[in-house]
Amino acid sequence: MRVDPYERAWMWASAVMIVAFVATIAYGAVTQSYHPPSHVETIDPKQVWSSPSFQPLGVVERADGSIEVRVIAHMFAFQKPEIEVPAGRRVTFRLSSVDVIHGFQIVGTNANTMVMPGYVSEFTTVFEKPGEYLIVCNEYCGLSHHVMHAKLIVTPRAR
Amino acid sequence: MTAREARLALAHLWFAVGAFGLAAMMGVMQGQSRANTALPFRSPKLFYLSVTAHGVLMALVFTTFFIMGLGYVLCRTTFDRPLVAPRLAWVSFWVAVAGTVAAAAMILLGKATVLYTFYPPLQAHPLFYIGATLLVVGSWGWGAVMLLNTRAWRREHPGAPLPLAMHGIVATVVVWYLATAGVAAEMLFLLIPWSLGLRETVDPVLARMLFWWFGHPLVYFWLLPAYVVWYAVLPRQAGGKLFSDSLGRVVFVLFILLSTPVGLHHQFLDPGISGDWKLAHTFATYAILFPSLVTAFTIVASLEIAGRMRGGTGLFGWIRRLPWDQPFFTAVALAILTFVVGGFGGMINAAYGMNAMIHNTAWVQGHFHLTVGTASALTFMGAAYWMWPRLTGKPLRLLALAKVQPYLWFVGMLIFSTVNHITGLLGMPRRVYDASYGGEPITHTWQDWTGLSALGGSILFVSAMSFVLVLVATAVGNARETDLSFEYSEALERPTARTTWDRLGLWTAVAVVLVLLAYAWPIWDLLQLERFGSRGFAVP
Ligand code: HEM
Ligand SMILES: [Cu+2]
Ligand SMILES: [Cu+2]
Repeated sequence: MRVDPYERAWMWASAVMIVAFVATIAYGAVTQSYHPPSHVETIDPKQVWSSPSFQPLGVVERADGSIEVRVIAHMFAFQKPEIEVPAGRRVTFRLSSVDVIHGFQIVGTNANTMVMPGYVSEFTTVFEKPGEYLIVCNEYCGLSHHVMHAKLIVTPRAR
Repeated sequence: MTAREARLALAHLWFAVGAFGLAAMMGVMQGQSRANTALPFRSPKLFYLSVTAHGVLMALVFTTFFIMGLGYVLCRTTFDRPLVAPRLAWVSFWVAVAGTVAAAAMILLGKATVLYTFYPPLQAHPLFYIGATLLVVGSWGWGAVMLLNTRAWRREHPGAPLPLAMHGIVATVVVWYLATAGVAAEMLFLLIPWSLGLRETVDPVLARMLFWWFGHPLVYFWLLPAYVVWYAVLPRQAGGKLFSDSLGRVVFVLFILLSTPVGLHHQFLDPGISGDWKLAHTFATYAILFPSLVTAFTIVASLEIAGRMRGGTGLFGWIRRLPWDQPFFTAVALAILTFVVGGFGGMINAAYGMNAMIHNTAWVQGHFHLTVGTASALTFMGAAYWMWPRLTGKPLRLLALAKVQPYLWFVGMLIFSTVNHITGLLGMPRRVYDASYGGEPITHTWQDWTGLSALGGSILFVSAMSFVLVLVATAVGNARETDLSFEYSEALERPTARTTWDRLGLWTAVAVVLVLLAYAWPIWDLLQLERFGSRGFAVP
């Protein structure tokens, strides 16, 4: 097949660019194990309210001193609706839904995950900036989807 | 094209245009609603119902019917032989119409307010799922007609490469068959039995995997026919030649290979799927940029040829010489321009890490209104301007309106989409009736923009209505124009023999293997888990 030399150059440039993109992402994934929330754990949606892994709800200090936040999503609220965590600490969120699919997005951060009935979502993050953050459900979950929100309060780190 | 064959194509195209007009009315109201304009009938129920109808009518009905109609025109006029299997074509049409009517009725009755992605465990009336499935079944019949005609032509032209337009349409059919296998499995094994009560629960992650197996190649089903128009019609109408026919063939083959094994990039933030599979699909997602980049070069080079043949000189002088007052040309050229912008956004969506910034925010609706809502839809509007006179034998009426309509769409979309990209980055979710969350302070950063977005939507609406008006006026007019025929681009160099890239059957086999590799394993992994399904939740 005859290919025009300019077009050939363009194709090489495109290929190099794509390889560069992919390499950047692969590098982040392998060396810094940078992955989107991809926790694999199932749970019976009927048992979530009483499940030991969600009791008590809210902020819990783990044995190793890190912080765990347990959230249950349901039509049309998050439990608990107000979460308070310290700045600068590793915080692991664990979430599940008791009814339909919800979203959990902390506005102004890149904390964002789907919350699915039958599964536990988990991700770990650090909040550097103290203040109040809005949490919204960003997956359509019924006619009051737009009222489903919660609040995150990040308190200044202890000196 | 005989009158009967033209009627077949027009039936599909009119149905598409009707769906488009209806959905545009819903779109403009959604834009106003999101800006909290005090419409007298504004309510959450109507909003979500409307978004469901708009999404289904635009993304599934308008596109599918238009592509089917366009396919008949391209098939009949590039092969230049009587259409094979017209009966099957009509039966398929009526099956698709019946399915659409059933699904649309359920939506309008408020029994299927589940949005066009219908994620369980939100549950719709069974007729919604059955209707949507029939729409797909009808499109399968159309695909079969395309393949039967291709076989008939090949028998009469042994060893000759297909006309490029049909090479692209056959690729479209293959992508569509690969894609719809996923959603057909979701419908037949999960959603239909579950909504009928024959199955108690479904697993939402499995359902989403099957949905996005379909949902991503769906975008290439929208895009490939637009590419066919860019390659096979645009250079001719612009007064030039196609820069490279053979690379066009490569491009369509690459889409057959890469369209499907990428769907997990819509599920980056889903639990229950390991990060490694998401990463694998990310690589294929970036690879599929390649054929689009090649297309960008070929099309711009073809337009340069056209501009220079029209007497343009200098580095950019040729651009001014292009027919910027011809409705077909401007619609398609502006669609291409928009697609470049949309493509950049797509690279961000696909970036594994950046995706979390924009997932399910208004950014996403900004993005797909550029891609399917303009790159495909505006190309189709241009294609309608090209086909209507040739199918009806009547020249375009309201020509002045037809000339400004594409510019209106472009400007409206620029406003609508830019605003939605911005509000998305600020954190505003998509698909919400009201994004003010009881007046939380941060929401002001995005609520202040919604009026502008609604303005963009209103301009889009005026453009959409102008488009429908031009087509209707043309059809009811009685002036006759007989010398118009369907003409296709000539390539600088015309291929005379078939090459490896023409062996679509072979490439399809490779694509099937890739789809199995990309999906069999992650689905197997999922099935190994102790899974708890969900019962249905009807939306009141
Ligand atoms: C008159 C022009 C149009 C206007 C004013 C418009 C406006 C809108 C608005 C305001 C939304 C709701 C966004 C949300 O709240 O999440 C929306 C959603 C959508 N639009 Fe359009 N749109 C137009 C044309 C199109 C076209 C041409 C297409 C595709 C061919 C399209 C496809 C969609 C889809 C797929 C959705 C998503 C629905 C969902 O999230 O479930 N739109 N549109
Ligand atoms: Cu929700
Ligand atoms: Cu929601």
